[in-house]
Amino acid sequence: MLIQTGSQTVGPFFHDGLFFGDENVLVNEKTQGQRILLEGTVYDGDGQPVPDALLEIWQPDAQGYFNHAADPNQAQADKAFCGFGRADTVNNGQFLFRTVKPGALSPDAAPYINVRIFARGMLIHAVTRIYFSDETANANDPVLNSVDAARRATLIAQRADFGDWPCYRFDIRLQGADETVFFDA
Amino acid sequence: MTNANQHGSLDWSVQPPYLHAAYTSTVKRAPQQPLAPLVSTLSELTGPVYGHDRLRPLDNDLSRNAVVNGEPIGERIIVTGRVLDDRGRPVRNALLEIWQANACGRYIHKLDQHDAPLDPNFTGAGRCMTNEHGEYTFTSIKPGAYPWKNHTNAWRPAHIHFSVFGENFLQRLITQMYFPGDPLLPLDPIYNGVPDAKGRERLIAAYAHDVTQPLWALGYRFDIVLAGAKQTPFE
Repeated sequence: MLIQTGSQTVGPFFHDGLFFGDENVLVNEKTQGQRILLEGTVYDGDGQPVPDALLEIWQPDAQGYFNHAADPNQAQADKAFCGFGRADTVNNGQFLFRTVKPGALSPDAAPYINVRIFARGMLIHAVTRIYFSDETANANDPVLNSVDAARRATLIAQRADFGDWPCYRFDIRLQGADETVFFDA
Repeated sequence: MTNANQHGSLDWSVQPPYLHAAYTSTVKRAPQQPLAPLVSTLSELTGPVYGHDRLRPLDNDLSRNAVVNGEPIGERIIVTGRVLDDRGRPVRNALLEIWQANACGRYIHKLDQHDAPLDPNFTGAGRCMTNEHGEYTFTSIKPGAYPWKNHTNAWRPAHIHFSVFGENFLQRLITQMYFPGDPLLPLDPIYNGVPDAKGRERLIAAYAHDVTQPLWALGYRFDIVLAGAKQTPFE
């Protein structure tokens, strides 16, 4: 095995290299499925907002398909949905995505969105998942159930609608009493 | 200190820990709970797919892609290398996004307060993709070192930021490329956050005379090794 290239911090000055437009908007007028807002704040161990984090999300389309060759159902994937989004937290630690509610990958799993958090002060990203508070499938999801019950709630975005789009709130706590569950992916 | 036992695709013997106290900003941003194991599913073994058609003609030439009224100041460089997975297989069509300071050590970013001049002909941002052999190349200007506030008289060694998308979301990597022989490397807590000496060497480009172009630019070779998927997906 070759030695992996080590991760290094994204630093505070990543915008010019990584942002060109509306990277936090995953939908267009042709995208199928229930549009949702996904918002939250990234906090440090003192409960202070982290204004220089970079979030990346990766998710299947509304039916649970990825437009990627590894998905046997790629042919059925929504061509008007790329599944990848990126947001900063310049606004007082807050991020916002406009996307669709993902479909579940299998009948025994709840739908979720993969998240990577990069930041100044993080030599390597953290990986977590966003599940949804209004999904009964959460109760039987194998990954949710593999996590310590006392910390499971940190993986579940709470639905709190306002305006026209259902809105889910998902705060990320890098450290502290309610530290978000991060995965060794 | 390592983050976890081996569960996923990352080799924590060469990947930096979250908490590395010499880099003071990690102290309040480092997760403290053990990472939860995760068996890869389709969501880890897929990832965004980019086509070469997404690149603009000068995306891979930072010495020319922001020209306003002349050439950027500084030492012209050509950086080339291969993107591989940790089994040595080339990663094709990998998107690399790069950003860096100018020759004076100043970023164009509005929050960079370093008292060094901006270059009107240089933004320090570019993109390129690997070909069918996993090879990439871009042209740029050698970045300068710059001071930061981590500790008294702290200076970052010259570096170029790399963001790499491999074949799936497990291979996602953001890192920094350093230059050989830089006396600031032993003093830099970010570079030294990589716990293994061979891992740190992996972050330093090699001067490559065969890449150097006569009367034009100095060449460097920088290979990038991404984590591979050690698990097979379950359906």
